[in-house]
Amino acid sequence: MNTAKSYTATRNACKMCTPLGAALVFHGIEGAIPLLHGSQGCSTYMRRYLISHFKEPVDIASSNFSEETAIFGGGANLKLAIENIIRQYSPGMIGIATTCLSETIGDDVPMILSGMDQGEGRTDLVHVSTPSYTGTHMDGFHHAVRAVTAYCNPLGSRIRHKPKPRKRINLFPGMLSNEDLRHLKEIFEDLDTKLILLPDYSERLEGPSWVEYHAIQKGGTPIRDIRDMSLSDASMELGALLAGLSQKGEKTAGTILKERFDIPLVSPGIPIGVKATDSFFSALEEITLKPVPEKYKRQRGRLIDAYVDGNKYVSKKKAVVYGEEDFVTAMAGFLAEIGIIPVLCASGGRSGLLKQALTQILPQNIRDQVHVHQGMDFTQMEEAAKKLSPDFAIGNSKGYTLSRNLKIPLVRTGFPIHDRVGGARILHIGYRGTQQLFDTIVNTLLGNRQDISTVGYAYM
Amino acid sequence: MSTTIKDPGTIKPADMDLPDPETIKKELLARYPAKVARKRSNQIIVNQKDEDGAFPEIGANVRTVPGIITQRGCSYAGCKGVILGPTRDIVNITHGPIGCGFYSWLTRRNQTRPPTEADDNFMTYCFSTDMQDKDIVFGGEKKLKAAIQEAYDIFKPKAISIFSTCPVGLIGDDVHAVAREMKEKLGINVFGFSCEGYRGVSQSAGHHIANNGIFTHVVGKNDTIKEADFKINLLGEYNIGGDGFEIDRILAECGISIVSTFSGNSTYDQFANAHTADLNTVMCHRSINYVADMMEIKYGIPWIKINFIGAAATAKSLRKIAQYFDDPKLSKKVEEVIEKEMPEIEMVRDEVKKRCGGKLAMLFVGGSRAHHYQELFKEIGMKTVSAGYEFAHRDDYEGREVIPGIKVDADSRNIEELSVEKDGEKYNPRKTEKEMDTLKTKGFEFKDYKGMMEDMEKGALIIDDVSQYETELLLKLYKPDIYCAGIKEKYAIQKSGIPMKQLHSYDSGGPYAGFRGAVNFYNEIDRMVNSKIWGYLKAPWQISPELSAKYGWE
Repeated sequence: MNTAKSYTATRNACKMCTPLGAALVFHGIEGAIPLLHGSQGCSTYMRRYLISHFKEPVDIASSNFSEETAIFGGGANLKLAIENIIRQYSPGMIGIATTCLSETIGDDVPMILSGMDQGEGRTDLVHVSTPSYTGTHMDGFHHAVRAVTAYCNPLGSRIRHKPKPRKRINLFPGMLSNEDLRHLKEIFEDLDTKLILLPDYSERLEGPSWVEYHAIQKGGTPIRDIRDMSLSDASMELGALLAGLSQKGEKTAGTILKERFDIPLVSPGIPIGVKATDSFFSALEEITLKPVPEKYKRQRGRLIDAYVDGNKYVSKKKAVVYGEEDFVTAMAGFLAEIGIIPVLCASGGRSGLLKQALTQILPQNIRDQVHVHQGMDFTQMEEAAKKLSPDFAIGNSKGYTLSRNLKIPLVRTGFPIHDRVGGARILHIGYRGTQQLFDTIVNTLLGNRQDISTVGYAYM
Repeated sequence: MSTTIKDPGTIKPADMDLPDPETIKKELLARYPAKVARKRSNQIIVNQKDEDGAFPEIGANVRTVPGIITQRGCSYAGCKGVILGPTRDIVNITHGPIGCGFYSWLTRRNQTRPPTEADDNFMTYCFSTDMQDKDIVFGGEKKLKAAIQEAYDIFKPKAISIFSTCPVGLIGDDVHAVAREMKEKLGINVFGFSCEGYRGVSQSAGHHIANNGIFTHVVGKNDTIKEADFKINLLGEYNIGGDGFEIDRILAECGISIVSTFSGNSTYDQFANAHTADLNTVMCHRSINYVADMMEIKYGIPWIKINFIGAAATAKSLRKIAQYFDDPKLSKKVEEVIEKEMPEIEMVRDEVKKRCGGKLAMLFVGGSRAHHYQELFKEIGMKTVSAGYEFAHRDDYEGREVIPGIKVDADSRNIEELSVEKDGEKYNPRKTEKEMDTLKTKGFEFKDYKGMMEDMEKGALIIDDVSQYETELLLKLYKPDIYCAGIKEKYAIQKSGIPMKQLHSYDSGGPYAGFRGAVNFYNEIDRMVNSKIWGYLKAPWQISPELSAKYGWE
């Protein structure tokens, strides 16, 4: 594996900041409003960024620090912000994420919150610590999921023993697209199994026009469902990295439920590709005790058939894969499965687990052709990619400059996608999502072959 | 002989009874706690002059109440994103954690046109020191220095600037000391901005910090005098969607030469050379009027307010520039250009007006756009029932004569005001006092801006720093035909079935400035307010429920 030149500054980062991930999670909870404790600019920036991908209303409140607040502490601002949000929006939950400003001055948010007289006390106030000088948006995302799960399922909360006609599963999907989340819900419906999916922003961040006005858009995981997580039969967390983190002893939503309530936890990778989706469905079979429905077997069959038909177009092609570490791992696994060599796997994240996760997922025979870089920005990526002559790049819109400079096509997946429509409607997971990715990749390569050909062949 | 622009004609008032603005104001305030309601009450004004001809005082440039979801951004956004963002050959380094740099990475759609491929263009780059927790604990100056050195080694730029984010001010990194040190070491211009997000009440503070910085560190550094007859600076034009290119085209046709634009399609050398222009023209009053004032005091360049949004406003602005230079050849050329451009504009305008006339618009955007764009709507017969700025100050609403009476609060006091004096060598009054007086007696107005209220109808509702919550109520109460704001408001408004035009980034459209821009805008608004899509909101079985209960054979 090669060593890329290291730089002090980051040029064109391949990561966003922690509170953004947390704000997204709170949009996946019914009736919740995210509140960033810090400068108002953070809320505005993250709103506009999420909106540019989802093309939907995204509301993020702020405690609007002034210079004075920065000096004397943000307690009063935070309380006032909470009161005003409750008055205007009557939310079920306010998710408070601390920005680098409130983290640097060391505001003790749990203490401020515990000192609040909430009156009727209908609004849950959940705090998640997200200083943007640690980790990436992905860490903010996981930490928010963990904070909400821990808050709603406190240790010692009474375990009710009710007769359970149906199995009930907690699923922590990670940062997937709306279409991915809808697909997961469909799978559980087909398995006739109760699903508690956290977060689920698939409706709230892709709703229809309103017949009547909504202060907070409809959709999201009901808070009462999150409270019932302690009663579920099993939990599932998607993402090879997430699994690695929990193995390292870092707490995740799943490990907290396991520790507190002894709920079994399974942690497959994100189901992209046949192998990963097979493991996902096997794990589902195991925890739901339901056989994989015929529908998915047929999807699998069609996918394998398409692999066979399209192999000639993709075999031994080389790809640059970038984005969140979990996403990169899953995508690289899929590419390798169809004969594409993910010559450069890069992420702005620095969990220290990417290399190991890829080693596990990639077949031995191509591992020495794969260059893995954590903490990498797009400029370094471009330098590294130049030497590897890739055929295409796959990842979010921010790779456009790289693909333009290297004159290779870009297959847009993941987040953020703000130079194409429908970014949130891309299906990446399951046999059906893999099928769509496969078709898109093949067609992109074919299209590129036509574009660069001096003769206009229509029959490829 | 001057071509007069035909009056678009009186529009038959649409069949509408506008709701009483006072009642609307009450409804907007109803859900707020008493203290917040009192504060907001000063920021929501029914437009009406008193007996002395003065407008009511509006609460503007005051801090947003925590928990109110505002349109506003922060000081960093105004400094790095808005003012320095459109400059292509300065390496802009964000000193801070990664988010701020990432989110301001070419998101405003400022366009630029380097003359050749060999010319520097760093606009597609986003440079950040990407501070980590150890930098917060031990300080980030060392990392910043290394980043500047690295940027210099790789790019050899003419200048490097540093933008401070929130934690930088708190941990006490001295970006200005670092800038001075690196400037000396590298021999290129390096300067820093203390634009931490918590300073000031909105991005307006950041504009001020940025412009002060450019004025202090760059303007006046290059004395080369351009060979041209009529040299102006265009201040407060950011070339969103190519607006600046259209203005450049028109000015070039008239024979007017632009020394520098602050800051659309700009370069370091243009800024450095700005003091050699003979007239400053101010487009966005809010973001830059103080620079025009400072250049007048220091270098003797008079300034005028102009507006290139709207065909009539464009023509008027061109004539005003010509009148200033007082050259018959220039005036003749300007009239020729207007005469050549107007027929097509009038044709499209009149056609669009048939479908748009009498419709209602609302504009909540910017520090000047909510005013300027009313011109374009007026030209196609649309009425602006309510408007307000996101980050403007009182003078942008009530006119410049209120400036001496504006209270300076704690937030504004934190933003440095430069004290400027005549430059010993470079001061050169472009017009004698007598010449200035002669122009004034002819009705020519120097440094004059009457503000938004003057141009709005009596009874219009003017709202400063409108919130998401208020926006949604306004839609319900006024049912406008179009609402103009930014991307953050866009989708909530469209969910309510009302078309929404972004006037920050133009929804990937533009240009809307100048003559061709006006045509683009008329067509765009026509497309939006007359779209058939809203008719599909309900499926046929929702419109007439019995349909769903009938089968074909019934």
